[in-house]
Amino acid sequence: MQGVNRARGEPGLESGCHYDALDKMAVELDVFVGNTTIMDEEVYQLWLDGHTVNDAVKVRMEGGVLEECEASADVLMSDTMDQYRTFQMCERLLHSPTKLANQLLFQIPPHRQAILIERYYAFDDVFVREVLGKKLSKGTKKDLDDVSAKTGVTLKSCRRQFDNFKRVFKVVEELKGRLVENIRQHFLLSDKLSRDYAAIVFFANNRFETGKRKLMFLTFQDFAFCGGQLINNWTVGAVDNMVEDMDVDLDKEFLQELKELKILIADKDLLDQHKSLVCTALRGKTKAFNEMEANFKNLSRGLVNIAAKLTNTKDVRDFFIDLVEKFIEPCRSDRWTAADMRLYLTHYTNSAHILDTFKHQLVWDRYMGVIKSCIFKMYHD
Amino acid sequence: MPGKLKAKIVAGRHLPVMDRASDLTDAFVEVKFGNTTFKTDVCPKSLNPQWNSEWFKFEVDDEDLQDEPLQITVLDHDTYSANDAIGKVYIDIDPLLCNEAASVISGWFPIYDTIHGIRGEINVLVKVELFNDLNRFRQSSCGVKFFCTTAIPRCYRVAMVHGFVEELVVNEDPEYQWIDRIRTPRASNEARQRLISLMSGELQRKIGLKVLEMGGNAVVGYLQCFDLEGESGLVVRAIGTGCTLDKVSFGSAPNTNTHVHPSTAPASNACNSPSKDGKEPVFAEDLPSFSGPPTPFRVLPTSSSSPPPFSPSKPCSRQSSSSDTDLSLTPKTGMGSAGKEAGPLKTLLRQQTQTALEQREFPFFTLTSFPPGFLVHVGGVVSARSVKLLDRIHNPDEPETRDAWWEEIRQEIKSHAKALGCHAVVGYSERTSICEEVCILSASGTAAILNPRYMREGCLDTGNTEPRFDEPSPPSCGFCHIPYDELNMPFPAQLTYCYGCRRQKVPDVLFTTIDMPSEAAVTGKGCLIQARLCRLKKKAQGEVNATAISNLLPFMEYELHTQLMNKLKLRSMNALFGLHIQISVGENMLLGLASATGVYLTALPAPGGVQIAGKTPGDMSNEHHILTIQKRINDTIAKNKELYQINPPELTEEVVGSPIPEPRQRSRLFRSHSESSDELSELDLSHGKKDAFVLEIDDTDAVEDIHSLLTDASPPSGFYSCNTEIMPGIFNWTSGVQMFTSVRVFRLSNANLTNQGLNKIFTDLCENLLKSFYFKLRSMIPCCLCHLNFTVAVPEEELIQVAVTAVAMTFDKEQILEKPGDKIITKGCIEGEEQLQFSMELCADSSGISTQQLSKISGVPESTNVSPRAASVDYGSFADRCSTWLELIRLKAHTIRRGSIKTSRRTQSLAHSVSSLERSSPLPEGRSRSLRSNRSFGGSSVTVVKMTPLSFLPGTRIIKYLGIINMFFIRETTSLREEGGVSGFLHTFIAEVFAMVRAHVAALGGNAVVSYSMKECMLMENPNKNQAQCLINVSGDAVICVIETDQEPIHTAVGPRQTCSSGADGTT
Repeated sequence: MQGVNRARGEPGLESGCHYDALDKMAVELDVFVGNTTIMDEEVYQLWLDGHTVNDAVKVRMEGGVLEECEASADVLMSDTMDQYRTFQMCERLLHSPTKLANQLLFQIPPHRQAILIERYYAFDDVFVREVLGKKLSKGTKKDLDDVSAKTGVTLKSCRRQFDNFKRVFKVVEELKGRLVENIRQHFLLSDKLSRDYAAIVFFANNRFETGKRKLMFLTFQDFAFCGGQLINNWTVGAVDNMVEDMDVDLDKEFLQELKELKILIADKDLLDQHKSLVCTALRGKTKAFNEMEANFKNLSRGLVNIAAKLTNTKDVRDFFIDLVEKFIEPCRSDRWTAADMRLYLTHYTNSAHILDTFKHQLVWDRYMGVIKSCIFKMYHD
Repeated sequence: MPGKLKAKIVAGRHLPVMDRASDLTDAFVEVKFGNTTFKTDVCPKSLNPQWNSEWFKFEVDDEDLQDEPLQITVLDHDTYSANDAIGKVYIDIDPLLCNEAASVISGWFPIYDTIHGIRGEINVLVKVELFNDLNRFRQSSCGVKFFCTTAIPRCYRVAMVHGFVEELVVNEDPEYQWIDRIRTPRASNEARQRLISLMSGELQRKIGLKVLEMGGNAVVGYLQCFDLEGESGLVVRAIGTGCTLDKVSFGSAPNTNTHVHPSTAPASNACNSPSKDGKEPVFAEDLPSFSGPPTPFRVLPTSSSSPPPFSPSKPCSRQSSSSDTDLSLTPKTGMGSAGKEAGPLKTLLRQQTQTALEQREFPFFTLTSFPPGFLVHVGGVVSARSVKLLDRIHNPDEPETRDAWWEEIRQEIKSHAKALGCHAVVGYSERTSICEEVCILSASGTAAILNPRYMREGCLDTGNTEPRFDEPSPPSCGFCHIPYDELNMPFPAQLTYCYGCRRQKVPDVLFTTIDMPSEAAVTGKGCLIQARLCRLKKKAQGEVNATAISNLLPFMEYELHTQLMNKLKLRSMNALFGLHIQISVGENMLLGLASATGVYLTALPAPGGVQIAGKTPGDMSNEHHILTIQKRINDTIAKNKELYQINPPELTEEVVGSPIPEPRQRSRLFRSHSESSDELSELDLSHGKKDAFVLEIDDTDAVEDIHSLLTDASPPSGFYSCNTEIMPGIFNWTSGVQMFTSVRVFRLSNANLTNQGLNKIFTDLCENLLKSFYFKLRSMIPCCLCHLNFTVAVPEEELIQVAVTAVAMTFDKEQILEKPGDKIITKGCIEGEEQLQFSMELCADSSGISTQQLSKISGVPESTNVSPRAASVDYGSFADRCSTWLELIRLKAHTIRRGSIKTSRRTQSLAHSVSSLERSSPLPEGRSRSLRSNRSFGGSSVTVVKMTPLSFLPGTRIIKYLGIINMFFIRETTSLREEGGVSGFLHTFIAEVFAMVRAHVAALGGNAVVSYSMKECMLMENPNKNQAQCLINVSGDAVICVIETDQEPIHTAVGPRQTCSSGADGTT
């Protein structure tokens, strides 16, 4: 019986024999098939979370479903097995969600199909934090057991999530058009989830470093937000929306132009002028004024240097770590509040427009717009 | 050249990768009919090929059209080696041969392969052009309609019921070895599939011919079965009821009876019957006496047969008896004949029926529910079994042996019915159980007296205006009245005056195989009652084995019967409907499973309690033990009464007044009353032998038995269950429907099991299955599991297999109390001159939506009666909504093509909506396309097809029957483990079968399958070799149904139907 039920090497069905009573050992076959496929959302979640049938039964028992329905443990066992089997049979279809709507094997109401897909592609923030920006390769997949141990997400679930990332990545990699829209159409995901996947794909493609200790305080949602900002403003797609990979690769021309911003720190007059403009505007408006004034040159150098170096792939990868090291950490050690940060960056950006010798207003705005919103999002504990 | 079949291959999708190198497939299609084959071009390198082929035309005899399926094979082209088959589709074109059914088959069919299952889909168009054939000697029977439904189909009216038709076809099973050699090439299973498809086509054609000979045009209650006799061959047999059906324009289709329920108040039933009962002339024919020892069976050279002594007639609780096991073809004179009847009118009735029926060899009807008034009296269950030894079928063209076997059984059934004073057998069915070379043939039905007007030509139109004396009994209790004669009872039974009309005699319990007549009055709710039994037997061969089985059968029948009786009493009920007794034979055991739906018929007396009697009085501890058990039993009965809401009105003679003329009768009546009030001594006196509801504890086995009686768990709150079409006592079904199939196989672990131990295991198996269903379907509460159909088998020595198909239906709990009010009105209508359209229960939300949608499409202003009730919108209603649009459009297309729309006086709102739609939309094609796209809302482009084992879908009306679905599949695997073990294998297979049924129905233009059943599910496994094989046969009726609007019941209940049609007119 054990051997028989070991479906496709999945850990889920190994436990076909764990009926409670001894004589229940002898249930050789047990299936239930509805014309409309019956799926219990709770069990689906347990399956997605990579629990074995036995664990799932335990969790369900603790949830009190038995008392509700006057059922016994083996009823629960049988039901859980059935559902697990159904999910496994559906899994193939979930890999290309558009097929799910056209297939004939399972009659699943459309709203349930949507739930199935959405849940299947949902991921754990703790997990995605671990692989965000990593190459979605076999090597990474091999290390998933470490990730599993570290995050407490079961290996099975880790694999599913990783495979989802990889699958989405592969499909949208070579498609024209907007990344988020492509994901939504090909995987029938909700807007929110599509955007999250867009960010994951974007991070994986550009291999942003997110795993350093210094970045640990950032959540996936912080990164997803920043990723969205970058996709919308810094990629080729931001200017031309009919190119392949348009949302995945940064706009090379723009990165080249960013070098021009160096004048803001290289030209001493310009730097002083910028500083005095900012300080005039800030004076009396914040308690951290003294620190701002003292650090202005450092901070400005930090931001402009980041911009100037983005033509190097290596420095693109370090974008977030640079932001943290060069800007966020100094501010935090000076105990700026979030409001201070806003105030400072707003004036910092706007003052540059008043500098009469500074000619790169468009590039500056395109750069600072993203930097501002990223730092606002990232500036927390 | 009477027919031209045309097929067009449009496209494929989701094909499997056949070429590993390119990850693509070079697919082409072979289309084969008879011996002609056409091919499409190869569509290179695509998993979604577009062939868009020409029309392939086959010019064939209509005989072939009936027999042969259209065979479509999808292949992968391979330049260097042989082309690989991807899979096949068999399309039964029978539905196209009847002009009232489907006109085109068009849709996506799953491409099926016996090893790989479903591998993508193919889009096919099929049409048939039939030329009129006036040849008198023709072999085809095109145009005869077939229905699996065991009731008069919803959009037809029965003009005449011709009666029983049967046929069987045998063939050598070319691949019978597949059972032994599980590793068979795919080709051999495909050969079997093809052969069986061909045989069922031929069978259907032959049955059709018989119906044409009778002058009928349809077969209702068509039941086809396969006997895989292994070495001795393959038998396909079918029975059905030949009828002449008239199409009713769908607006006024008689919604038959399932929803209709009369008032339970007995007093309201005016009784028109002559009150001369009880004055039967005395006459001298002996009662058939109980034959104590089983009739010795006769050993025939090649077969042995033993009519079980208890089986013949068991209308009531007593072990009925009958010496009447002789198979003489001459009917017993006297029994049930007119001369012995009571009133002259009854006599007249008898005579009419008799003349109508006596021309028929077998007055059998496979129907289980009937138009009101059809069933006059019901006698009880008649059944017959016989054990045969299979031998090789030498000449497949003359299957005389098998015919003779069944003939013998049917004669026996017929004579049992006669013994019960009945002329006909209704709810008739036949089945077999085969193990190696032993075969048990069983037949059962319900002896009944029928209203002759359905047997006579042209009678129905005038039938309703005939004087009332034609129906001597009130409908709510008439069928319970005994058909046999009181002083000459075929078995000891206890009669009382009917609690409904107080004029005629009724038995104390009534067992039947039919659905409960819609007009019957019940108290409370019904419930599923099962008797389960295992009997070990020694392994043996040949005649010895057959003998052993024949000897066991009567005891099994008796025990099953006793169990049923006790369980019925424990639930405080007095009648069983839908009784099915299945006895399956295995190498070392026999399994018996009896399922039925128990109810409390208001017309029958209240059942007495169950008494425990000890064998050894005086033993104090024993006494105490007995008292404890007795208390438990009494508690159970009380609990059940509450659970099933059985509160019969306390009727005493004084209150009712006494229509009973003679003191003798009166005293008898009193006595029966006293019995129900626990007076044991009286009981014994009245019966002279041990009554079924006194349980005697004489040994530990008996204690076990009683415990097992009490272990049957009642369904959890919110659930009801029954094995009949619908649950007596529930009227307000909503649209939630979930059909399911569940299979469990249990391996008996240790060889030295006792009968008791086996019984326990078997009972637990069934009980646990039920518990699983309740659990799985808990989200549907309040809900009823209807048509629970259990099939047991002993596939291998230590395996017990139980397969269940049933449907869970939701109902509206709130309305239960309101309904009786409506019911009275209902009844008024029923008794009126016409069978009315009726539906008590409607899904408010879905019908509301549909009304809105309808009006949107057609430009009709919002109609009035959109229900304000806002129940949760479930998927069902969504599906209904979608398909309704589609069907309305299709329907319109049909009516346009046919050039006329029948709007009879009674055509109701829906029909009008359709016709108005027709008028207001000049571009039907464009419309339908836009609807199609609407339907794909949510990304789905697959038609939702509902399936149900019932003859209807709640909240909808069937507007068209598209033809019978009868499909046979074999699936095999050589990688059992990889496919998830036997469970994974079977799970996939059943899901695939459902998918293929749905696809065929959708291609016929349908949106539902009614009367669905799984006839066969044979699983063989060999885990050591990592192999398994399974064979499934399913059938049903493909239909188009539309959501009923809320208006109809209201209008119908009010009475004049013109109101609603004019109301609808007003909107156009």
